[in-house]
Amino acid sequence: MTELVAVSASPGWSGKSIAGARFGAFEPQAILSVAPFAGAGAEVSQALQQATGLPLPEVGECLGTDAAGVIWFGRGQAMFIGPDPGRFTQAAALTDQSDAWTVLRLEGRRARDVLARLVPLDLRPSAFAQGQSARSELGHMMLSLSCTGADVFLLMVMRSMTKTAIHEIEAAMENIAARDAL
Amino acid sequence: MRIPCPICGPRDRREFYYAGDAVALARPVPGAGEAAWDSYLHLRDNPAGVTRDLWYHEMGCSAWLVVERDTVSHKVLGAALAAEAER
Repeated sequence: MTELVAVSASPGWSGKSIAGARFGAFEPQAILSVAPFAGAGAEVSQALQQATGLPLPEVGECLGTDAAGVIWFGRGQAMFIGPDPGRFTQAAALTDQSDAWTVLRLEGRRARDVLARLVPLDLRPSAFAQGQSARSELGHMMLSLSCTGADVFLLMVMRSMTKTAIHEIEAAMENIAARDAL
Repeated sequence: MRIPCPICGPRDRREFYYAGDAVALARPVPGAGEAAWDSYLHLRDNPAGVTRDLWYHEMGCSAWLVVERDTVSHKVLGAALAAEAER
């Protein structure tokens, strides 16, 4: 059988830092979308808990750690990020998304200001704190944004948009840095 | 302009896609006759006042919504999931 080799979505890119913000790639082991069939939410949540230690997230919630996390990903859908749990239930549509979405990480005290230039959400700590997640847009790209630490954010964009997303965030970081240097 | 998504809360208009009059939810039965189908496909009111439209939360939770708004004051009066809205 052919051995497929996982390739980074942003080969050769080593990230970017400015005073107050650090931006880099986050290489997940696997990404799996979990979409419970009608009325099967509780059953799937239990099965996911058994397989990974994490239940299905509530609307706008992200749970877990960098090693294994689960993110609310829209109506009736969650994304598990971590070691592949396999086909752990028959009551949900499970789809491998490892090569479909790119995960990026932005952190630091200026991270919210960088994101505020591109994302139409209220990103103040009182409105978007650790454990919260939202679907929104980055520029004109579909975005899943999760706050996984005090000033730590996981950004997910479609993999084909990786270069553009990196370019947009880096430009916003340069803007912030330039203003800070005035 | 903000639309109060029942799932995500109030969100910027740019996250949504506009899909026309909510009359599209009231699909006639196949044998309803030419007049009913003509009206369903082609005839739209153009009210000065409250109107019900379909919007898709494309960049958000992917829900289809019925949004009530006033074409005179531009006020958005409310939004409900299309799956649960009155037909």
